[in-house]
Amino acid sequence: MIYDEPRFLSGGDRAVFIEFGDSIDPEANQHVTDLKRAIEAADIPGVVESVPTYRSLLVYFEPLQISAAELRETIHHLRRSTTVHERPKRKLVGIPVAYGGEFGPDLEVVARHNNLSPEEVVRIHSGARYSIYMLGFMPGFPYLGGLSPKIAAPRKATPRLKIPAGSVGIAGNQTGIYPTESPGGWQTIRRTPLRLFEPAREPPALLSAGDYLTFVRITPEEFTAIEKTVQNGTYQLTARFIE
Amino acid sequence: MDIFEVVQPGPLTTVQDLGRTGYQQYGVPTSGALDDYAYRLGNLLVGNDEGAASLEITLFGCQLRALQDSLIAITGADLAPAVNGNPAPAWESLLIKRGQLLSFSQLRKGCRAYLAVAGGLNVPEVMKSASTCVRAGIGGLNGRPLRKGDVLKAKAADTSAKAARIPAKYVPAYSNDLALRVILGPQDDYFTDKGISTFLNSEYTVSAQADRMGYRLEGPVIQHRTGADIVSDGIPLGAIQVPGDGLPIILLADRQTTGGYTKIATIISVDIPKVAQAKPGDSIKFQQVKGAQAVALRQKYELQIEAIKSLLRP
Repeated sequence: MIYDEPRFLSGGDRAVFIEFGDSIDPEANQHVTDLKRAIEAADIPGVVESVPTYRSLLVYFEPLQISAAELRETIHHLRRSTTVHERPKRKLVGIPVAYGGEFGPDLEVVARHNNLSPEEVVRIHSGARYSIYMLGFMPGFPYLGGLSPKIAAPRKATPRLKIPAGSVGIAGNQTGIYPTESPGGWQTIRRTPLRLFEPAREPPALLSAGDYLTFVRITPEEFTAIEKTVQNGTYQLTARFIE
Repeated sequence: MDIFEVVQPGPLTTVQDLGRTGYQQYGVPTSGALDDYAYRLGNLLVGNDEGAASLEITLFGCQLRALQDSLIAITGADLAPAVNGNPAPAWESLLIKRGQLLSFSQLRKGCRAYLAVAGGLNVPEVMKSASTCVRAGIGGLNGRPLRKGDVLKAKAADTSAKAARIPAKYVPAYSNDLALRVILGPQDDYFTDKGISTFLNSEYTVSAQADRMGYRLEGPVIQHRTGADIVSDGIPLGAIQVPGDGLPIILLADRQTTGGYTKIATIISVDIPKVAQAKPGDSIKFQQVKGAQAVALRQKYELQIEAIKSLLRP
């Protein structure tokens, strides 16, 4: 549900939540993206940083520079004075992924769970456009909306100790990408050679909340070739802007 | 310039500064010195900017060999600091000579000491900060705590700053019984009245699971209305998360940036240093304050640091 008016919730004396709804919802997330952009463009003295999530924006501020009441008033003003026409187009990023075998050891599990062939799972997973709702859990990890219920699958009963960086997983009705090698319980079906998080890059995360992504099928040979261009820094991300 | 060799690292000694700002949107924790009061004052004592890179030394066991004459300051927890075995003063500047051994051998009060070095420690900045986040493997010394044999570098060896001392009235007394002031929210409406009352009127104990990411507390169970799960949102510093088991967790500098459990309240910013000096077994009581009160206290806190600054640099 989207609220008629956003709720301002306390995050202590140096942070405030602006909450637009109580569920995972593309419209609530659009409000979050819009407000974050407006706050950044306004460059408000005393605002330190903001963290977008599914349905709320957490704004960190310095209360000795801007009071909570002033910040609230400023945010109301920004929302009134920003129109949908000013909304920039969204970036649609293509993420190349190889699948099956070492690239996606759980592809068969997800296929069996849904009475599909592995080929059908890959086709459905590639055919969708995903909203990047937020980054969190670990640096660069995208929470994606838009997974088809036809390929949803429960988490692994026993998490794997090592999931390689770039693994694309499914857990329930969510799909996401592991930026770095880590333990994890998601069913991994594909893998990208791209680096979702590099501390020395600016910005360090490949993806941004508020953008879209699609998965583009590649062969194991293409995976190796792209991996090389990623390593030597010549890889060009495919992205276009859409309404 | 090489300044210290690590003889013994102790259980957890890391390079920290004021933390990483602007990267939580990418899922990167802020990190930074947990006790910003002791950390900032340490830097002021040796003539640094208050945000220069320093060591955060957790509990006892750390031993460092000086590779240069240098001006240092030890603040924060009393870990029985000594130079060549002789007690060394804290909360004042101190000249250490090349070859001397600086040790922290016993836990007397608090939990985390800070070692500031004139000129500041020299480590590569990652995302504009020197702070170590061990969980993400970034910052400080290759994203990890100090190890035996590491050599620490300073940006400049400067022993010229004049002797300085923090007046006793500004030196905090660390207690094993903490009163922490909180502002309710953002999800206080997910708890029953009884749950809120339990939270505000009970004594909690810091469990063994207490680190830079967060402190799990033990004590009476806080009752939710229906459940503990929310659609994931951001997690402010000092947020008190209450998952399904009803036991509070205080979230600190290395916390994950987002989470899906209810947060009953947030500890006010001036009380975060108290949490930083708490250790397993210490007791905690929460006390509700209003936002305006928290801001007034923060103003007082910053004015105090300003007053100390002008004392040290007349």
